[in-house]
Amino acid sequence: MVLIEIRGLFKSFGLSEILRGINLDVEEGRVLALIGPTGSGKTTLLRLIDLLDKPTEGNIFFNGYDICYLSSKEKLKIRRKMGMVFQKPVMFSASVYENVSYGLKVRGKGNSRLEIQRALEEVGLSGYESRDAATLSGGEMQRIALARAMVINPEVLLLDEPTANLDLRSAYAVDELIKRLANCGRTVIMASHNMTECRKLANKVAVLVDGRITRTGKPEEILTEPELYVNSISGQPFLESI
Amino acid sequence: MDEISAGFIRAIQLIITLNPEVVEITVRSLSISLTSVLIASLVDIPIGGLIEFHDFRGKRALINLIQTFYSIPTVTVGLLVYLLLSRSGPLGGMGLLFSPAGMVIGQTVLITPIMIGLTISALRGVSVQIEETALSMGATNLQVIFTIMKEARVAVVATVLLGFGRALSEVGVAMMIGGNIRGYTRVLTTAISLETSMGDLDLAMALGIILISISLVVNLALNRVQGR
Repeated sequence: MVLIEIRGLFKSFGLSEILRGINLDVEEGRVLALIGPTGSGKTTLLRLIDLLDKPTEGNIFFNGYDICYLSSKEKLKIRRKMGMVFQKPVMFSASVYENVSYGLKVRGKGNSRLEIQRALEEVGLSGYESRDAATLSGGEMQRIALARAMVINPEVLLLDEPTANLDLRSAYAVDELIKRLANCGRTVIMASHNMTECRKLANKVAVLVDGRITRTGKPEEILTEPELYVNSISGQPFLESI
Repeated sequence: MDEISAGFIRAIQLIITLNPEVVEITVRSLSISLTSVLIASLVDIPIGGLIEFHDFRGKRALINLIQTFYSIPTVTVGLLVYLLLSRSGPLGGMGLLFSPAGMVIGQTVLITPIMIGLTISALRGVSVQIEETALSMGATNLQVIFTIMKEARVAVVATVLLGFGRALSEVGVAMMIGGNIRGYTRVLTTAISLETSMGDLDLAMALGIILISISLVVNLALNRVQGR
């Protein structure tokens, strides 16, 4: 079943057109990998789905409802069904526990110690509850950001290059976590540069080049095309093969 | 030189022996300035938040205007508040001129631009990503504002301390609105000014040492807060 339908989506910032007529379906319980060179519009697309930005034109349907032009109250309802992890996640100036519990707190779910502990266990950081989040390493912050997004049990997880800037060990831990989430039937949309990651995790791949989806399909079909490894603008590879 | 060192020693004696006049003036100074800062904090921090979190026409001009008033001469504020509180002014009927309450109003008005302006700067200093993270985690607009306020708490506390420092050390408003009435509206700065002109340097120096000590404590607190 299609959970998110994107139709004719355009997004411009001033004179610069970032997305140019995106059409895309995201099936429920599947992992969609958005791949494309830097600046192709992956992050912008994720932000539009999370309702952090408004499209210039076009529609995003969530469960059949157009979510682009809602009131702020209705937007909040939809946004609460999603969890987003940014490429460079920021931590609130507070403890790890307060960071992970933030989403539950704003939903009025106060007594959530067990859920927080479970989420931290999942990301391999149990016992970190009282640590100052600002003192964590990049990899640890990324995992805390994942725990923070997971603990609210969202229908859709939006991940913006979740393993970029991570060492191999942290990247492996994050990948394993996403895999477990996918196995639990969570819908995941993830922007990535990493071919191995896409192959390992995604059920579907969409290639985004210059603000347009140029191809969609199964990873084994898409990721074997040699032209994918060459950026149409710079001639440089945009997928990393590890 | 001997006169100055002898005066300094006598000033220390006045402080150590808790001279009633010194204590009374210090307590009054602190209570008036603390009340002003409390009122200003309750009013100005939310106003700063309102300005920062809302987009409206003329916002930049308003912020520029507020920043221009950071260095407004205290006597100008004194004159403005005097006109408001004087018998023929709009608030003349309340009888607040030459009273501690009038001085509180004057000091509150004086520190308002700096409190609003620095609150705006404090909130602006919080990364946009914090706002977006809060939004993406499902926070309401109000919860996002509280989150940003919480993130900016160190800078907001510094703003309050700076406001207190400005209120405590000003002399123009205290003199013009309070009138420097002994036992009623005389505060540290106006007493120093008067005692110096009367040649009672012991008392003036004692009050000066207290004023500098309070400023030092505020400064240490500010450094401690900013160092976090």
